[in-house]
Amino acid sequence: MTVIATENLSKRFPRVTALDGLTLDIGPGVTGLVGANGAGKSTLIKILLGLSPASEGSATVLGLDVAAGSDTAASIRERVGYMPEHDCLPPDVSATEFVVHMARMSGLPATAARERTADTLRHVGLYEERYRPIGGYSTGMKQRVKLAQALVHDPQLVFLDEPTNGLDPVGRDDMLGLIRRVHADFGISVLVTSHLLGELERTCDHVVVIDGGRLLRSSSTSDFTQSTATLAVEVTDTDAHPDGTATLRKALAGAGLGITADGRLLYVEAEGDDTYDVVRDAVAGLGLGLVRMEQRRHRIAEIFRDDDTLPASTPTTTSTTASTSATDPAGSPHAH
Amino acid sequence: MPTDAPATGSSGSSGNAAQAPAATDVIHDIGYRHYDGPRLGRGYARRSLFTQSLRAAYGLGRSAKSKVPPALLFGIMCLVALIIVAVAVGTGMDELPLDYTDYAIYLQPVIFLFIAAQAPVSVSRDLRFRTVPLYFSRPVERLDYVSAKYAAMASALFVLTATPLLVLYVGALLAKLDFTDQTKGFAQALVSAALLSLLFAGIGLAIAALTPRRGFGVAAVIAAFTVPFGAVSALQGIAWEQDNLGAIGWFALFSPIGLIDNVQSTFLGATPATASPEPVDPSTAAGTVALLVALAVAAGCFLFLLRRYRKAGL
Repeated sequence: MTVIATENLSKRFPRVTALDGLTLDIGPGVTGLVGANGAGKSTLIKILLGLSPASEGSATVLGLDVAAGSDTAASIRERVGYMPEHDCLPPDVSATEFVVHMARMSGLPATAARERTADTLRHVGLYEERYRPIGGYSTGMKQRVKLAQALVHDPQLVFLDEPTNGLDPVGRDDMLGLIRRVHADFGISVLVTSHLLGELERTCDHVVVIDGGRLLRSSSTSDFTQSTATLAVEVTDTDAHPDGTATLRKALAGAGLGITADGRLLYVEAEGDDTYDVVRDAVAGLGLGLVRMEQRRHRIAEIFRDDDTLPASTPTTTSTTASTSATDPAGSPHAH
Repeated sequence: MPTDAPATGSSGSSGNAAQAPAATDVIHDIGYRHYDGPRLGRGYARRSLFTQSLRAAYGLGRSAKSKVPPALLFGIMCLVALIIVAVAVGTGMDELPLDYTDYAIYLQPVIFLFIAAQAPVSVSRDLRFRTVPLYFSRPVERLDYVSAKYAAMASALFVLTATPLLVLYVGALLAKLDFTDQTKGFAQALVSAALLSLLFAGIGLAIAALTPRRGFGVAAVIAAFTVPFGAVSALQGIAWEQDNLGAIGWFALFSPIGLIDNVQSTFLGATPATASPEPVDPSTAAGTVALLVALAVAAGCFLFLLRRYRKAGL
């Protein structure tokens, strides 16, 4: 099933080409739309909302053609939600009043608008403060209100334009977790934009990278970050093994696992569930203390890097490079 | 007993299944519920926006502080009418001390203040806080937004100008003044009030929509009504001095209240309120042109607002 499809979509302004022959096919789930500022992310969203006509090409949202006239556009907008990048909240009304009003603007009857507002504000994590004027909210709370107004009419798809903008690291994590829930728990597909690639890796099922209005890459995040999962292992030294790390490294290499080292951390290629058992048994067999054993995903950034031209200087990059030769257990190229 | 596990427990569309009768005194997280009720579309959204904007013009649904200016101005409009009625009844007059059509002319400063204070509230806030894109990402379209805002402001002004007329009319009937005369005067003044509301709402909103800053908006709207009025009054005074009575009616075309005055003097049996020692009736031509200009200005303001939001929506 396709949620958003574009075919050779272009948007030209008198001096700038914002989109240049963009062809996309986006399915349900959380999709990250990544690009530098000015890459055409917001332009794409506006075309998909039917707010701005495309210069060329076509686009469908939830199976409806965005250029099919105002009735179709209205029924698209009835079924999608939009959270703009910029501030859009009046400071002198409460979150409840504001979201109720926006629900009615989406066509919800008054009673339903109130019920949905209460539900949605609770889901985004606004409780007693929802009765206070928005002007007194923190940035994180304002972002939640913006998200709530995009969800209040129970859309099938939401466009979130830079939802983590201006948030501190904790707020960023909260927002990303919330976005994940929008799909996982609410069953609403999400198109989320960011100019930060790394931030989308935990959140998105699929990442689309555009640059200068062109499609750079469209990939499933799981393809890259799960199939080549790496374990980070750290162990203590013991009297019997003064350099526990080196000892374990030798033992694991002997067990046929691809390993790289970074100081006290060992990165083990996880080839399957039994890799965990092998590591555990090896550590126990040597009598070492296991400080940590955790899954280390690859960074999306690496996916879009040209592997051939970059030296494998960081451990995670090493793993990416190694994944091509993971079948050769002893061939870990960066032993030292 | 329903579990109060976090909503992560219920996935996707199973939300409704998690909705179980809850015991009293306990708040249960019932997970996400989908909405499958009616979606009433554009027409409903437009009507809701109209109602909300009309209420907001009188501070209803807004903070207590925002209720003060419109309530005060509305109070003044009605209080003056009440006093007039009281005097008329108390002294046993056989007609009201002023024509219905004169009322808006005498109390024009109050109307100016109302439109100056409330037009920016209606449009500048959405522009300033950039709420406009939230409307246009919904079924509401530009035409819906502008017509709802325009109709709401015109209705708010009509309420402001017609309510005191109603007070006068009811008072006059209670004082057993001549029913036919009173009804005719009241009806004529209502028509005039409707035209005034339409014209003033357009001018006020168009000017307010130019600036996202509310303070500028208020000042600019006041200036747009008072400066032409002052200038036209001065010109009319000069014309009277020079005995050029025909020009007086034509000068009135250059101020909003002058347009209304010309129209109601020509078509609605009002006494002209020109800035001259004695009322000077405008020529029928000047009255007709005034009517056309008033309608054209109102339509122009509407089109301007449509244009204004073409950019602001993005």
